[in-house]
Amino acid sequence: MLEQYIKNRLQQKDLLLMTHIVLGYPSYDDSMRLVEAMVEAGVDLMELQIPFSEPMADGPVILKANAEALKAGASMEKSLEMAEKITAAFDIPFLFMTYYNILYKYGVEDFVAKMQDINIKGAIIPDLPPEEASDYLQAMQKHGLDPVHIFTPNSPMERKQYLNEHTSGFMYTVARKGVTGKDTQFGDELGTYLAECRQATDLPLALGFGVKSKADYEFIRGKADVAIIGSEAIRVMENDGVEAVGPFIKSILA
Amino acid sequence: MKNRGYFNKFGGAFIPEILVPTFDQLEQAYLEAKADPAFWQEYVDLMSTYSCRATPITYAENLTKHFGGAQIYIKREDLNHTGAHKANNVMGQGLLTKRMGKKRVIAETGAGQHGVATATMAAKFGFDCTIYMGAVDVARQRPNVFWMEQMGATVIPVEDGSATLKDAINEAFRDWVTNMDDTHYVLGTACGPYPFPEMVSWFQSIIGNEARAQMLERKGRLPDRVYACVGGGSNAMGVFSGFMDDKEVELIGVEAGGRGKGIGEHAARLAYDDASVGVAQGYKTYFLQDDDGQMMETHSVSAGLDYVGVSPILADLHESKRVRFEAATDDDVVAAMQLAVKKEGLIPALESSHAFAQAFKEAPNMSSDEIILINQSGRADKDIFTVADAIDDPKWRDFIINKADEYRARADQKGEK
Repeated sequence: MLEQYIKNRLQQKDLLLMTHIVLGYPSYDDSMRLVEAMVEAGVDLMELQIPFSEPMADGPVILKANAEALKAGASMEKSLEMAEKITAAFDIPFLFMTYYNILYKYGVEDFVAKMQDINIKGAIIPDLPPEEASDYLQAMQKHGLDPVHIFTPNSPMERKQYLNEHTSGFMYTVARKGVTGKDTQFGDELGTYLAECRQATDLPLALGFGVKSKADYEFIRGKADVAIIGSEAIRVMENDGVEAVGPFIKSILA
Repeated sequence: MKNRGYFNKFGGAFIPEILVPTFDQLEQAYLEAKADPAFWQEYVDLMSTYSCRATPITYAENLTKHFGGAQIYIKREDLNHTGAHKANNVMGQGLLTKRMGKKRVIAETGAGQHGVATATMAAKFGFDCTIYMGAVDVARQRPNVFWMEQMGATVIPVEDGSATLKDAINEAFRDWVTNMDDTHYVLGTACGPYPFPEMVSWFQSIIGNEARAQMLERKGRLPDRVYACVGGGSNAMGVFSGFMDDKEVELIGVEAGGRGKGIGEHAARLAYDDASVGVAQGYKTYFLQDDDGQMMETHSVSAGLDYVGVSPILADLHESKRVRFEAATDDDVVAAMQLAVKKEGLIPALESSHAFAQAFKEAPNMSSDEIILINQSGRADKDIFTVADAIDDPKWRDFIINKADEYRARADQKGEK
């Protein structure tokens, strides 16, 4: 479903934008305001991260956002409630991003059924490789939702093909080694890597990790289908407030 | 990624995609080393010339008389270089790092023993070394931080989360996902994604192999019960593995009972009912977590047992009932340590003293024909500040006050603040 949405959208413009928020950071009210600002600025799809106490794959910015959200009282119940409100209020597709223990404790099948129930279209679970994911993948298929996996610069072609077999919607490609939110060199090497990713999948490619500016966004044009901005939008909010996020996204898309 | 490292329902490898090739490489290096008798021989030679292997078994005659029950024997892992069983795992992984051609090692540490052991190994093998340590632990284990830094390691205090062992593990993983090409992560216990639980247990099995042979040589028979403390579980896996197939030997793992039952009061994942099965830090086991799956605060007088998860191998041995799990409270542990010091002149670490505490509870109810073996996984020199606080020694307090005055006067003289 996400694949079709992205492909349709790509007929109107050649590069889409996906953004990310941590639910409940700094508060659930702010989560709603952030989504509103992002959608209004022209974002095409969004990741809603359910906070977890051990976000192993995240860098300092999102790590802190997870911890602060939990400290401020974020819970599964409230995060799901907020996600339901968000999907009802805005008509772009939303995905969940979280870690496997959140699904495991809720019950994988129940969690996926709940996603369908509240109109979440897909999920990114960075500590759940397909080898460990049979329950999850089955449930996602049963409920018509998209499990998104991750290509990395370390993934050999054979591994990319294996990931491709278990992915639908789009492929999340990370621009470099490391965790979220650190600097990325947007250069020739990245172009070569994205070309390899193209060979491994027919799905749309979304590129994340270190996308911070209009220049980064323009570099991705023609090489991937979706640019992903995560940590940088949180940084903008932390430095200049929720109201600065809309103008920041607009400046990227201008 | 073919062998997922499951021990029935526990274990696995829940790793970020970027590390998949790194784990493939590690698995291959580990399996090749395991299949190569020359590797194990090199490991044993190294441990007998650089550390103090084989470590002896000591008959605790005075403690035996004191309790008037079972004969008490003690496996002396405290006599390893750097003062704990941690050296076994670290030296083994050091040899593996050389085999993989990597030049840098990173590690997490709780009490600091594993950090010191890793810094020692890095100094010996000429590796660069970075140690991640929770800021809370940095504050309570300064002597270990001092030695790590003297050995050339960079010690990074981790302020995130609860600023203890689990957070140091997360941060070490974050380093590794960036620097895997030249860096090996020397995980310190029998936890984490496959192959770590199995690999660390393999290196630590040197304890149990020796202990079994030593008991047969000394007593002509095996002990009736073997006690080990359980944080992550590596010293327990080490000593238990020597007796795993000897069904007549009862194995007892002793967790940190802290201030007693109730979330946040202890770090007993298996002995108490406060933990549930979950997936974090790359593996599936019992974690102290809430209903949403968020990890909870833990407490123990000993930093080395203060951890939310437990070895997946031990979780399985708990379910199969091959290992019995108990918890010892902070107060019992400090008392047990003091008794061992007074009666035998042994100085068990606060971690190891958990095993002593449980053994002391059971020994009086056993007959004098019966034999128990306690794994003294480390020595308490490093705990001197904590121990002195726990027994509230006034002379120690005066010493620290005087020392502080001295430093202050010297700083004033230099015009520092």
